[in-house]
Amino acid sequence: MTASDYDETMQLLCDRLGSLVSSDTPITPESNLIGQLAIDSIKLLNLIMEIEDTFDISVPINALADVQTVRDLVDLIHKIKSA
Amino acid sequence: MNLLDKLDAAAAARKALLPNGVGAFGIPIEEVYSATEARIGDRRVLLLGTNNYLGLTFAPECLEAAHEALDEEGTGTTGSRMANGSYFGHRALEKEFAEFYKCDYGMVFTTGYQANLGTISGLAGRGDTVLIDGDSHASIYDGCILSGADIIRFKHNDMADMEKRLRRLGERTQTTLIIAEGIYSMLGDQAPLAEIVELKNKYDCTLLLDEAHSLGVLGETGQGLVEKTGLLKEVDFITGTFSKSLCSIGGYCVSNHPQLDQLRYISHPYIFTASPSPATIASARAALELLRNGTELRKQLWKNAMQLYKHLEETGYKLGPEPGPVIAAIVDSPQQALALWQGLLEHNIYVNLILPPAAPEGKSLVRCSINAAHTTEQMDYVGRAFAKLKPQIFG
Ligand SMILES: Cc1ncc(COP(=O)(O)O)c(C=O)c1O
Repeated sequence: MTASDYDETMQLLCDRLGSLVSSDTPITPESNLIGQLAIDSIKLLNLIMEIEDTFDISVPINALADVQTVRDLVDLIHKIKSA
Repeated sequence: MNLLDKLDAAAAARKALLPNGVGAFGIPIEEVYSATEARIGDRRVLLLGTNNYLGLTFAPECLEAAHEALDEEGTGTTGSRMANGSYFGHRALEKEFAEFYKCDYGMVFTTGYQANLGTISGLAGRGDTVLIDGDSHASIYDGCILSGADIIRFKHNDMADMEKRLRRLGERTQTTLIIAEGIYSMLGDQAPLAEIVELKNKYDCTLLLDEAHSLGVLGETGQGLVEKTGLLKEVDFITGTFSKSLCSIGGYCVSNHPQLDQLRYISHPYIFTASPSPATIASARAALELLRNGTELRKQLWKNAMQLYKHLEETGYKLGPEPGPVIAAIVDSPQQALALWQGLLEHNIYVNLILPPAAPEGKSLVRCSINAAHTTEQMDYVGRAFAKLKPQIFG
């Protein structure tokens, strides 16, 4: 996967989060999904299902233990896509 | 934010949902009169918020068995079976469960929660995969997390979605444990077991079915969804609980795989906890006997469930997809759910309030559980209370 793929994934995820988050909080790679964007656990799990379908990959939800920010999530997707 | 601040933040979020100290969660029950009635505050209420599906909490056979065990074996076992030994009752109940399911192996756990924790974490491990329904009970999630396996969710009861995820796993399906529930605890709908079995065979996986809410409720002898669908032999592991239709405390797993026995030596939720007390085991054994022969109880339970489901449907409530002993009214906002729950309590009816994120799809639920001991008149009264409240709350 190339750097532009990475940026594309980041853009796609930020757009999707934009429609999930109710407040006007700006979404940046450093935004904390739960703390700042108030994505609750079920919303996050459902978002993972969507991501799996968008990229045709398996994203185990236990891998989310290491995910705090938007960038962490993009890194995880990137790693799985590149494997 | 320190550890305690985080709890304060959670408490504030809960208060925002439940103002004025409304005690919808963990409501104090002052006195229990019967399988269907209790006192909450100064109200004598009709109980529709229990999982007492066969209404056996005061069955004389169970009371007598529990009293006798208490007198003969004492109040507790004071330790785990591994270290402190297995009582006659533990071993007998395991045999009776195995025999009930016509399986070779049976295992008893201290709770249903631990049955799932112990079985799932014993079967799957790091490098394996668990494929679970999106609406799975917390004990299934926790068991999966404890296992260290990769956890993949499929959309609730959506078989095309499940197959898509199986396909993505490639050869890893051989080390995949699929987990479903006989009856789902929130919406009361049943798993499409025939299709799950077909996919399990096609992709060469292992299948575990949690019959927590379907034991005693589905099938001629009450085995659950496996019996209703005739698919007992196709399910690798069945787990369940004594805490609902059996009116005791404890959990079980049955299987034809001899490897089940191995869990006794590796499963922490089995080993590192005290075994069920003699009285809980004795009443569960007596209740299992009543459950197996409980055709009449099941008939009454289903009659009650159909009556209330139909009544609420006609009144215009949005309900779970199919009738059954769990009937959930699905409402859009937590405020409406709370108003309905409170309104029912004012009619002396106690039901369960389920708010997000515990309810599926960000909805809120007012969940009723029906019982074989409820009467036709009681079901009618509940239906009329729901009908009266509808225009007041939903306009
Ligand atoms: C689907 C399901 N599995 C397992 C359990 C756990 O059972 P127990 O109450 O025996 O811990 C429950 C009950 O809460 C349940 O609803």
